[in-house]
Amino acid sequence: MAAPSMFFLLATVAVAAALGMLIARNPVASALWLVLNLFCIAGLYLTLNASFIGVIQILIYAGAIMVLFLFVIMLLNLSALPELRSLDWARIGGFAVGLVLLSQLLYVVALQFDLGAEPVGAGTAAEVGSAATLGEILFTRYALHIQVAGILLLAATVGAVMLAQRRFE
Amino acid sequence: MDVALNWYLALSAVLFTIGTLGVLFRRNAIVVLMSVELMLNAVNLTLVAFSQSLGDPSGQMLVFFSIAVAAAEAAVGLAIVIAIFRSKVTVDITEINLFKH
Repeated sequence: MAAPSMFFLLATVAVAAALGMLIARNPVASALWLVLNLFCIAGLYLTLNASFIGVIQILIYAGAIMVLFLFVIMLLNLSALPELRSLDWARIGGFAVGLVLLSQLLYVVALQFDLGAEPVGAGTAAEVGSAATLGEILFTRYALHIQVAGILLLAATVGAVMLAQRRFE
Repeated sequence: MDVALNWYLALSAVLFTIGTLGVLFRRNAIVVLMSVELMLNAVNLTLVAFSQSLGDPSGQMLVFFSIAVAAAEAAVGLAIVIAIFRSKVTVDITEINLFKH
């Protein structure tokens, strides 16, 4: 694990970017805020010494998935929707649900539950998070799982093409 | 000095809540999908934090597959949004109410 200052810097930017995505009225601005958030989370993975997942996060999420989102937003040529009706009960209820969820999650974190094991040192963590360890386990213990994931991705690709082509009457 | 595991979990809780609020409040279907991606990321952060804290690589394998499923979900979700847009010329989820009538 890295220095606390790095963590708090990245965490602040990540939360700020998430709020920016929530508030921005233009969908393109929302998507770009989300890209910033994903980069910050990749940085947090690196502070956890999880180098492989950090790189995968940038390559797949910030690269492929967000490009797909931006492509669809620009393809549909959306104007900014008239957002934010006047304050109504549904909106207040939504805020209440959010606050209850947040306090519940933070309460569980604050309970100081016992993991039954001490946190491992930085050297062990760096070895566990390296591409060598994860690659070895991926193609031995998780070999069947990766085949299933491949079939899922193939089905999703075919399904996406079929759905986007079809014209619903 | 190291950052405690609890800080990562608290950050993850905050990000998950922001994602939930995005799903509840936003009317643009694409932004709703992006909020779901944010929630998935918050959970991935929890998994990686636990995995690195316990020194067990299985948690990171779960994150790897979760990213693969998120990619499939984004592709299918956006294809559905395109299909709806072609017939209704809107992505406002308050106007997509075919099952209501």
